[in-house]
Amino acid sequence: MNQEKIITVQNLTKIFGTFTAVKGISFEVDKGEIFGFLGANGAGKTTAMKMLIGISKPSSGKAVVAGYDVVENTESVKKSIGYMSQKFSLYDDLTIKENITFFGGIYGLSRKNIKLKMNDLLTELSLQDVANKLVGSLPLGWKQKLSFSIALLHEPQIVFLDEPTGGVDPITRRQFWEMIYAEANKGTTIFVTTHYMDEAEYCDRVSIMVEGVIEALDSPKKLKEQFNVASMNDVFLKLARNVE
Amino acid sequence: MSIVIQNISKSYQSLQAVDAISFEVKEGELFGLIGPDGAGKTTIFRMLTTLLIPSFGEAKVLGFDVVKEYKSIRNSVGYMPGKFSLYQDLTVEENLNFFATIFGTTIEENYELIKDIYIQIEPFKNRKAGALSGGMKQKLALCCALIHAPKVLFLDEPTTGVDPVSRKEFWQMLKRLQQKGITILVSTPYMDEASLCDRIALIQKGKILKIDAPATIISEFDKTIYAVSSSQKHQLIIDLKGYPSMHSVYAFGEFIHYIDKKSDFHSQDLNHYLISKNHQDIEILPIEPTIEDIFMDL
Repeated sequence: MNQEKIITVQNLTKIFGTFTAVKGISFEVDKGEIFGFLGANGAGKTTAMKMLIGISKPSSGKAVVAGYDVVENTESVKKSIGYMSQKFSLYDDLTIKENITFFGGIYGLSRKNIKLKMNDLLTELSLQDVANKLVGSLPLGWKQKLSFSIALLHEPQIVFLDEPTGGVDPITRRQFWEMIYAEANKGTTIFVTTHYMDEAEYCDRVSIMVEGVIEALDSPKKLKEQFNVASMNDVFLKLARNVE
Repeated sequence: MSIVIQNISKSYQSLQAVDAISFEVKEGELFGLIGPDGAGKTTIFRMLTTLLIPSFGEAKVLGFDVVKEYKSIRNSVGYMPGKFSLYQDLTVEENLNFFATIFGTTIEENYELIKDIYIQIEPFKNRKAGALSGGMKQKLALCCALIHAPKVLFLDEPTTGVDPVSRKEFWQMLKRLQQKGITILVSTPYMDEASLCDRIALIQKGKILKIDAPATIISEFDKTIYAVSSSQKHQLIIDLKGYPSMHSVYAFGEFIHYIDKKSDFHSQDLNHYLISKNHQDIEILPIEPTIEDIFMDL
């Protein structure tokens, strides 16, 4: 694997009033890696992710994403990354085509390029027949696949996925991961959070956050060896038990 | 029977959300509706809790008709909707007091029922509900649904978006409530939670695919599932999909679950094929199916 670092985090900290949500975390992500970012609810995952994508300012510490400092070069960071979350992904009251055009425009793609990408994307996802339908009418699984593709429109070096498969049916969830694998094979780095522990097994490396601290970080295989358990679910239970 | 549903349907304009569903839930049973987003689970809950009138069919909860006797149902059931629906700008204690008052009772009167759960959020009783963490919100919502000592509890996706540790704790709470004699209808998109129910209905696109005890559903499954692994997971999925007698290929955590079409399938043949595709560290082992395997095969 290419050892070039696409994310470097040093002592990253976020304090809200008297509460320290992220307590000086440090880690690195390799280029082209599928990196799983796990943790219990309230462990600080979302806060850490928000700092990495440049929408929350760290209280202290440093993070470099795609070669840019998240504080000094926030706008360059945003241009180099893709982002999708379960809560907000697309506009329900725009059609599939309109969503693609809108996000293409936001990312500064030319009209010609948007048209080209639109055709590729609709073909790849077999959405040609419903291209003029409102996104709100799509089943959740399709929406998530579309949302992932749109997050990749501007060919970012790294894409952040915040619980992309929550509530999605089991078959579509797996198709989604096959899309992730295919994208990672092209060299795109994937940074993903999930509550499905079987999905943690699909990652090259996994970090587990507990109360603002990264308690473990390794490949799923090594984590299972380290904690002497059979599944990532058991690793998670061992680490995160009795926290709240 | 605590819940009896006969041929119930609900359509919204052109969408058939629930399509002629029938099932029964016994008194004291922990019954699971298992299915993905859009399966119709929430619509079923809303009809049973009298918040939505069925397009066709009949349903009874505790012997009361969901349309004609809705008031009696509302007094005797607890409902925890999928979306957090407590008052965000009231404190933990105020929310609980409010729900107790609405049902003409007090926190003290039914404290025994919620004690186990409430003591976990009591340190934050003066905090506004909107400022609670996800896990605590969920516990408060459960307390509010229990405060009038309902006979039947409806829980719509109580564990969606909840981490594995909190999910496990939540199911332990449900088991304790069941022991107190409460009938529970719970829905979840997490297939691993199915095995924790007495009986389950697998549901997709408004239809029930199967109803039974989880262990029975597993033992009646007539296909053999092989867990396959090699050093190249993504390539393994692609190559297994290219195997001529392939029936299905799905990633399952550490392994790929493979089902073959042929009854005289030999794993050695598949092993040779994978070797010819340059896979290393190949393992192929028959395994017991999970509810998720079966769901995907229906």
